[in-house]
Amino acid sequence: MTNNGSDNNNDNQNQHDQDGSHTDVSRRKFLKNSGYAAGGVVGGTLLGGLIGNPFETQQATSTGDDTSQKHLQQARTFFSRSDDFKTLAAATERIYPQDDNGPGAIELGVPYFIDKQLAGFWGSNSKDYMHPPFKPQASDTHGLQTKLNRGEMFLFGLRRMQEVSQEKHNKSFFDLDGETQDAILETFESDDVNVKGMKADTFFELLRQTTLEGVYSDPAYGGNKDMQGWKMIEYPGPRMGWGNDIESEKFLSKQPKSLRAYQGGGL
Amino acid sequence: MAKKLDKVDVVIVGVGWSGGIISAEMAKAGKKVVALERGDHKERSDYIGVKDELRFDNRYQIMQNLSGETITSRNNLDETALPVRTRTNMQVGTDLGGGSVHWAGATYRYWPYEFEIRSKTIERYGKDKIPEDMNLQDWGITYEEMETYYDKWEKTAGISGEQDPLAPERKNEWPNPPLKETPSLKLFKDSAKNLGLHPFQIAAGNMSQQYENPDGETLNACMYCSFCTRNGCDFGAKSDPLATVIPTALKHDNYELRTHAYVRRVLYDDNSGKAKGVMYVDEKTGEEFEQPADVVVLSGFAFTNNRLLMLSNIGKQYDPKTREGVIGRNFNGQYNSAFNGAKGFFENKKFNLYMGAGALGAAVNDYAADNFDHSDLDFIGGGAIELRQYGFGAIASSENVPKDTPRWGKKFKNDSLHYAYRTLQIWYTAITMSYWHNYLDLDPTYKDEYGDPLLRATYKFGDQERNIAKFGVEKCHEIMEEMGADIIEDDEVPEEFNHSFTGGHYTGGVVMGDDPNTSAVNNYLQMWDVDNLFVVGGSAFPQFGGHHPTPTIGALAYRAAEGIEKYMNDGGQLAEPKTS
Repeated sequence: MTNNGSDNNNDNQNQHDQDGSHTDVSRRKFLKNSGYAAGGVVGGTLLGGLIGNPFETQQATSTGDDTSQKHLQQARTFFSRSDDFKTLAAATERIYPQDDNGPGAIELGVPYFIDKQLAGFWGSNSKDYMHPPFKPQASDTHGLQTKLNRGEMFLFGLRRMQEVSQEKHNKSFFDLDGETQDAILETFESDDVNVKGMKADTFFELLRQTTLEGVYSDPAYGGNKDMQGWKMIEYPGPRMGWGNDIESEKFLSKQPKSLRAYQGGGL
Repeated sequence: MAKKLDKVDVVIVGVGWSGGIISAEMAKAGKKVVALERGDHKERSDYIGVKDELRFDNRYQIMQNLSGETITSRNNLDETALPVRTRTNMQVGTDLGGGSVHWAGATYRYWPYEFEIRSKTIERYGKDKIPEDMNLQDWGITYEEMETYYDKWEKTAGISGEQDPLAPERKNEWPNPPLKETPSLKLFKDSAKNLGLHPFQIAAGNMSQQYENPDGETLNACMYCSFCTRNGCDFGAKSDPLATVIPTALKHDNYELRTHAYVRRVLYDDNSGKAKGVMYVDEKTGEEFEQPADVVVLSGFAFTNNRLLMLSNIGKQYDPKTREGVIGRNFNGQYNSAFNGAKGFFENKKFNLYMGAGALGAAVNDYAADNFDHSDLDFIGGGAIELRQYGFGAIASSENVPKDTPRWGKKFKNDSLHYAYRTLQIWYTAITMSYWHNYLDLDPTYKDEYGDPLLRATYKFGDQERNIAKFGVEKCHEIMEEMGADIIEDDEVPEEFNHSFTGGHYTGGVVMGDDPNTSAVNNYLQMWDVDNLFVVGGSAFPQFGGHHPTPTIGALAYRAAEGIEKYMNDGGQLAEPKTS
């Protein structure tokens, strides 16, 4: 059998191994090299502009909290314009909002999940048949038929949402109140907006599906932060097996474990 | 210019269940064999420790990369077909082991009625029962003949099952006892019994215990971990060729497996009327090779087998206008008309639906084959009604909401969290038929990465498909009602085929039979036109049966292996053609 260890409850431990001293060393090195350490005064504005907020990193590391690496992994590597990304974030939060059950898409890291997905093979449709001739408006009957890849669909779809928002409300999409945002999303869902090169509803379905994937896929992909998506839906994560429980009449609600734990903690 | 290699006894194209079985049998028989597999050389360790819903169920890690090649699809003869571009709509297996690495494991034999469906339908209901547009055909082989080969495959695969009370009595018991019974399965069985039906535990290609098969390969016990369908097995506990026939073949020095070998043509000799070998590309370098062989075996997926014959100009292409020709004829499969039924939502019950195994399930066969009277029904044949507990990931479970629930937003979130484990689905695995207007040929427009035309599917439902689906939904509804669901939703029966190839059950086009006018291969899967060319796999199904196809594909591969040996000893055609 494999050493997958369903009893391996070392998610936090692993985070320490991965983050801890390494982050600290780089930061000290930076401070030393930049000459700011000696004076004992660190210009937050300057450093913030260069490497994000250093105090957040320091605090996270020093308290042993495991969020530091996750924060460092949360940066745009696909989306360029910050407004595109803010629009995406606002839209995902309307699709999967924070409520009494728990966090919404933004807190779960869904926008960054989507950013990472679009930067990879899936976003560039590199395993899909992308030869012409294209019939982008035929997607009702034959699945995705766009010339645009998913990354481009997201970009141009989100920009169209921003245009609609400016035209109708003279405001950025992410500055609108929730109900107004919903109304715009609904016009995409019902295909009542023209978006060049694709059908608006195809874009909306992509946005909706990818949002749910970000909520519920393994945290390794950047969403489902701290497995909070799985906690809400009572999904236990990948385990060795359920041979002893499979006949149980009772529903078993377990604390989730991640793929990283299943693999024995990685390197 | 292709580099010519040394001649071998047998060259095998495609190594899934079919090619794996032929590989093992030919290797054991001492033949010099080269097997060509277009995919990667996967082994068990490729599937260990990678339980990941997004990667396998949503990004389709082990489905064919479509960037170089897909198929095009249309409903009607006068339409322009469009390519099926993404794996959301096209899921065919890839790499060593093929589609059978990701299969679920549900195991049924087809029925005596189904192998002789034309004769037996006429016998019981008269000729008028068969619609005019339907190419209903006998298989050219009977259940009694198939029994031996089913038995052999089931033992190789180590199937875990119990006797279906309505099926023909088995000569040998299933190699392993059935899988465990979950509360959802028990509820289904109890309810079916209350309705006078005959439930049983579905036979599974998931091991109920550790098992050594007749070739000496060991399969481990299933862990019910749920990562089964669309995944490879973490434990070597699923009946797949990577755990069985491929390692058996690889133990023999007279067997050579070449992966990343993409076969583009079967080479045909006009003088002898025989296949000379195949031409393939090494996809790691782009180099072309010619592999000569005494016997050529095409054992790819149905699409691949059809397309290779068409690209190689072997056999007569079917033409729907004249209704002549056999290659591409009787293209069939289980599409969106099969697997409809009823969904039940239970307010006061919560099931452990994140646990499961691919073929963990219960079924009734009261509405399968000709087990029920069709005199007053507007269709032929049937299927199983199944409840399966595959074990679902969180992404999939989050879609378990009643239809009138908003699809996003607060209400969606709240209700999807509520219903995630309170939802059960039952469905009807309806038979699907072949028609004169459904066929495969080469697309006039779209090309693959080498410039060869893509395969084109032309497929639409007959009335049969809609009628049998409606019948199945009604029967599933009755059982769901007895199961006590608080909300029951009937699946909507689709009006037309939706160009989605997502279940892996696409067959026909190089069908078997006893008449060369309506079949391309005889009942050893030997081509009528080319004695030394065997075309093995789902491509041989004249129409689909009312159950999952894998066991029949496995059994037919054993039948073909026997035929290949016979041919190598005696030569010539192995079956007498009967022309109507």
